Amino acid sequence: MRIGILAIQGDVEEHEEILHRLMVETKRVKLPEDLKDVDGLIIPGGESTTFRKIMLRSGMFDALLQFDKPIMGTCAGIIVMAKALANEEEPYHTLGKLAIEVERNAYGRQRESFEAQVEYSFDGAAKVAFIRAPKITGILSDDVEIIARLGDEIVGVRDGKNVGLTFHPEITGDTTAHEYFLNIVKGE
Amino acid sequence: MIERATFRVKVGLARMLKGGVIMDVTTPEQARIAERAGAVAVMALERVPADIRKEGGVARMADPEIILRIMDAVSIPVMAKVRIGHFVEAQILQELGVDFIDESEVLTPADEENHIDKHKFETPFVCGARNLGEALRRISEGAAMIRTKGEAGTGNVVEAVRHMRLIMKEIRAIQSLREDELYTKAKELRAPYDLVRYIWENGRLPVPNFAAGGIATPADAALMMQLGAEAVFVGSGIFKSSDPDRMAHAIVEAVAYYDNPKVLARISRGLGEAMRGIDVSKLSEEELLQTRGW
Repeated sequence: MRIGILAIQGDVEEHEEILHRLMVETKRVKLPEDLKDVDGLIIPGGESTTFRKIMLRSGMFDALLQFDKPIMGTCAGIIVMAKALANEEEPYHTLGKLAIEVERNAYGRQRESFEAQVEYSFDGAAKVAFIRAPKITGILSDDVEIIARLGDEIVGVRDGKNVGLTFHPEITGDTTAHEYFLNIVKGE
Repeated sequence: MIERATFRVKVGLARMLKGGVIMDVTTPEQARIAERAGAVAVMALERVPADIRKEGGVARMADPEIILRIMDAVSIPVMAKVRIGHFVEAQILQELGVDFIDESEVLTPADEENHIDKHKFETPFVCGARNLGEALRRISEGAAMIRTKGEAGTGNVVEAVRHMRLIMKEIRAIQSLREDELYTKAKELRAPYDLVRYIWENGRLPVPNFAAGGIATPADAALMMQLGAEAVFVGSGIFKSSDPDRMAHAIVEAVAYYDNPKVLARISRGLGEAMRGIDVSKLSEEELLQTRGW
């Protein structure tokens, strides 16, 4: 099994470190042809506006629309994967892989960033980081399964083989979310 | 329970900026150009370093009005600069809600002995460094990101190259030491033992290590990335070029594809004139910004 990590920008290495700890081979994906030999893809944290610009210019955006293997997005990743975005002035291209609506920077600026314990629907709880994080503001299909909560708030979803988390499990080094995603990849 | 402003949360934002370009801007319009080009963050300033250099006088924190207007104009993180040691300017920037504070040698230092105690702040700080000892002293004071100083406002990458090469070389040198030699090394570097030990064990700084100071072209940006920088600050290089919009797009792409000469060749074509630039060796000692900070 080989997992690609979208390496346009962001915390690519942190995801690599978690996957290497789980003894999984990784590959940095920058151009459409890099997708050929990966079994799943992680879209890391970073700036979603930067991801989108470069993906549109490089052909990566269209390549990912066609990509039919599992994808997991964390923070900026869930923004790129969502079907709809709330409160954006300009039309914003997203991949529509998750039938949810997301609001960018919904907690506020960096001073509102935090660490907290999230509850996973499948395997207990983990300490994770929310950095200028988005919020899930709408679930747009009955097929969307809630997989992580912060108190009452929905912070993680699964839609078919795709997973989106508003936070960073990779910053605190917890492997639970990645193990969950790898199981989806194995099932494919 | 929610914990804000932990060191991990501060360094977390620095990690999210890796592989990106942080651009100096002086107006909301420039900030929007930077965001549209794909900048990961902007640095809100009253004057870019090239103009500070030309106009002289005391360079201070920008007017909060300018910073707030820039924060309103874009959705990406906004940074702003304070003078070395000027913790009240930093208190003001924290109150405004900027996402990162640059304790910067580009402004006129307010304290010739002490840097700001950055642990006291919720807002993360970035500081410049010319060598490993300086980088580790800033980290021990609480910096969540290090950048090379280079020589700002010159459009000349030579000093940033010198600083990045030296820091990387010093990291490799520490890794070659015996464990019992780390104590003396810490004394030599005037840096805390624990941080020297971290370098010995991990072969890297405990916070992201970015490049800044004199980067003016896509090739400069890619050069710094290949030398080991994890992201790039571009100061005067964008809005002092003949076509800032194109230059901004090209530098963003150059950092994303820094190891792909085919892409670099394509994006470097027909960019118009880069900023004029200054030969750093022609600057007098008093004109150097990089010697500020201790």
